[in-house]
Amino acid sequence: MNQNVNLAGHGSPVGVDIKGVNLSFGSTHVLKGIDLQIKPGEFFAFLGPSGCGKTTLLRLIAGFESCQSGEVLIGDRDVAHLPPWRRDVGMVFQSYALWPHMTVRRNVAFGLEERKFPRAEIGPRVEAALDLVGLLELAERRPSQLSGGQQQRVALARTIVVEPQVLLLDEPLSNLDAKLRIQMRRELRLLQRKLSLTTIFVTHDQEEANTTSDRIAVIEQGIIQQVGSPMELYDQPANLFVANFLGVANVVAGTVSQEGDGLSFRSDDGAVTVALSAAGQGPRSIVFRPQNLTIQPAGQPAPEGLTELAGKVSHMEFLGSVVRYQVTVGPHFLLVDSAHQKGVVPMEEGTDVNLFINNELVIDLPN
Amino acid sequence: MISEIRKHPGQMAVMVLITLFLLAFLVVPVVQVVFVAFMDATTGGFTLLNFKDFFSTALFRESFWNSIYVGGMSVLLASAFAMPLAYFTSRFEFRGGVIIQGLGIIPLIMPPFVGAVAMMMIFGRNGSINLLLEEFLGINIPFMEGLNGVILVESVHYFPFILINLSAALQNIDRAMEESAQNLGCSGMRLYRRIVLPLAMPGYVAGASLVFLKVFDDLGTPLLLNVNNMLAPQAYLRIASIGINDPMGYVISVILVVIAMASMWLAFLALKGKDYATVQKGGGGLAKRRMRPIEMFFAWIIVLIIMTLVLAPHIGLSMLSLGTIWSYSVLPDAFTLDHFRAIFSETPEYMTNTVLYSALAGGIDVILGTAIAYIVLRTKLVGRQWLDYIAMSAVAIPGLVIGIGYLRTFFDVEVPGMDGQSFATWWVAIVIALAIRRLPYALRACSAALTQVSVSLEESAENLGANKLKTVYRIVIPLMAGGILAGFVTSFATAAVELGMTLMLVSKNADGPLAYGIYVYMQSAAGRGPGAALGIFAVLVVGLCTFISHVYVDRRQRALGMKRDD
Repeated sequence: MNQNVNLAGHGSPVGVDIKGVNLSFGSTHVLKGIDLQIKPGEFFAFLGPSGCGKTTLLRLIAGFESCQSGEVLIGDRDVAHLPPWRRDVGMVFQSYALWPHMTVRRNVAFGLEERKFPRAEIGPRVEAALDLVGLLELAERRPSQLSGGQQQRVALARTIVVEPQVLLLDEPLSNLDAKLRIQMRRELRLLQRKLSLTTIFVTHDQEEANTTSDRIAVIEQGIIQQVGSPMELYDQPANLFVANFLGVANVVAGTVSQEGDGLSFRSDDGAVTVALSAAGQGPRSIVFRPQNLTIQPAGQPAPEGLTELAGKVSHMEFLGSVVRYQVTVGPHFLLVDSAHQKGVVPMEEGTDVNLFINNELVIDLPN
Repeated sequence: MISEIRKHPGQMAVMVLITLFLLAFLVVPVVQVVFVAFMDATTGGFTLLNFKDFFSTALFRESFWNSIYVGGMSVLLASAFAMPLAYFTSRFEFRGGVIIQGLGIIPLIMPPFVGAVAMMMIFGRNGSINLLLEEFLGINIPFMEGLNGVILVESVHYFPFILINLSAALQNIDRAMEESAQNLGCSGMRLYRRIVLPLAMPGYVAGASLVFLKVFDDLGTPLLLNVNNMLAPQAYLRIASIGINDPMGYVISVILVVIAMASMWLAFLALKGKDYATVQKGGGGLAKRRMRPIEMFFAWIIVLIIMTLVLAPHIGLSMLSLGTIWSYSVLPDAFTLDHFRAIFSETPEYMTNTVLYSALAGGIDVILGTAIAYIVLRTKLVGRQWLDYIAMSAVAIPGLVIGIGYLRTFFDVEVPGMDGQSFATWWVAIVIALAIRRLPYALRACSAALTQVSVSLEESAENLGANKLKTVYRIVIPLMAGGILAGFVTSFATAAVELGMTLMLVSKNADGPLAYGIYVYMQSAAGRGPGAALGIFAVLVVGLCTFISHVYVDRRQRALGMKRDD
């Protein structure tokens, strides 16, 4: 790498503040009162299903959409009235958007040329950026002569070479094959650390968000459902949408009521009862993950201190590291993961089984 | 509205300028024509009397029905040429496929009137074919008598519209549609009738209505074949002989426009539902099989006959241009280059005028086309869609009608500083009229090119610091270059051979372009040689430009990865 040019040349990283943003396309209300604070240097993900508004929010920050109310601050600068070309945020597009009529080198130089950098400075900077993404030897190629992964790197180099205050990534991995995607997300993370660049990453893939981001905002129907670190979202989902969207969850609806000293959850049909140490009372749902349950054929001795549920295996899927059983308990279908080891024979469909839950792992949420 | 002007003053100014241009040179002249058709010449009030006069005059009634008859018969004959060719290429692995594709392009290089006289020399009563027929079989077939001649010339020239549309429709049929019918027990002719034909029908109807429109509006061919009892020649003759105040020319113009719009509407309706015929995932096109030898034999015979017919105007024109005297004989008496010498030494202005007018018109068209396409596809200006509609509406206005409209509107407008020169008879009016008339072609080419440019390519430039104007200049225009060039060449090539309008607007020979020159020369037997030489020149210029731009656009698209090698 060219040691004379330091790409992380701008000052300390800046945060992004989004305050009370409302945005509609015609009669469709796309973003509803969004409030978000993204810290300087943070790797932040917008996670949600397609059509939830996450890309619109990103484009709003970049200046390609404008909101009816609310403000967007980058650093302490209100950018609401700035056109895209004055915002100094770098965006990597889902399609990469490399210009087919320019070579890789010309693509990467574009932003510096627009910023009126002296010619003598553009060359070394472009080479440093291409070196950073490992594509220096392909500088004279046209985008159409590159593979998907290489195009992605060029798009990234083209954006970071101008040293933007904020880096925006719009589903940057969605056009890559599975193996490359895992490699690229690691590289993205490393690069972001190296440049300590405030980065916002839009994805619908929870694994991508979990593996790259410091914090995630889960968005659904134009509303931020929850903000937190990947583990917080998984372990303490704020609502049923977040619980279901991140990972696989068993959800049972019922009521929590006082029973003796403690609280007890009882499903509407009575098939599932679980003692809870702390919970809200009234109509609630309980959530637990497949790996929170253990499964045994009926008739074997029960472990101590766990709640027992009797059921029957209705379906079995082999996922490699685990065997996932679907167990019928009354009217409920509960998913149970059982670690798989070589030589272990799985239980057949129709087997009577007992399930055990550790009550401490059960989460209760409002319906 | 006010806030929009404030937000994008530049975009708004461009849109206003273009709108004014279209209003002045397209809308106002055409509205004038319609206005005069419904105006009482003495009182200036509204009247239907002109139309009543039109339909109560025997000559006009006959002309009306003749035009309809010629249009209909040309569609039938063109279908007879196109259908077997489309069938061979879509159904069989046929070596002649390349020839058929070529056949689809050759006639379009030259408008029908150019070859009309040449066709007369070959198929006329004393033409090559009938001389041979009389000598060997003692018969004379009236291929070119009266309306027959117009029908033959027009269908030989315009059948590619049906061929291209029908072939495209057939090729777009998903093979799975055919296979699922076979899977359900349907095959052979039944499959053709129940699945293939209904799916290809929209393409056919679109092509057929285009042919009808072209034939119905054509002025040059009937004039050159001396068939005057049709609508377009009547309109021209009335204006040319009686003057621009005679209402009949305007009445005919209105009828031409109405019929043209009706056939465009038909084509539009036919293609509107074409979505269901497009290729889905998997194999495209119908299953093709090898021909049996006997089938191959007949297929080649049919292809060769049609090829000969299609090439006849070109062969005839070449012989006319190179022949000394060609009269009452199968071939010219001797060959010479004198006619070419003549056009270069005596009337070079026809060629220089054409290159000047067409290049200017093509230039105006791509500038307007690019600007309109950008405004429609990339801005949110109110009324932008109307700009597109107005510009495109020129497609339904026959050149003759635009010519009449210009005469009526601009005859009394003097060009400042030119000492009483009327704008209508100034050469610049010809350029503007050509540009207006060919704008739809350039606009569609530019729109298609801009549609191919992904918006994210522009957004990424803006994101990296380029403003709108800079983005247009550095990203949009370079990426549209191929389409802009294609639009320029189409406008240039078709403007170079436009006759109907130029006939109305050319006031002196020195201002005349090629098409006008061909018409003037072909009036006399002695002028046929030089006229044909001009025709050959036109064919070469148009053909070469089209070929070069095609090669260039294709290469560029491959280089940019916008088109993959198949």
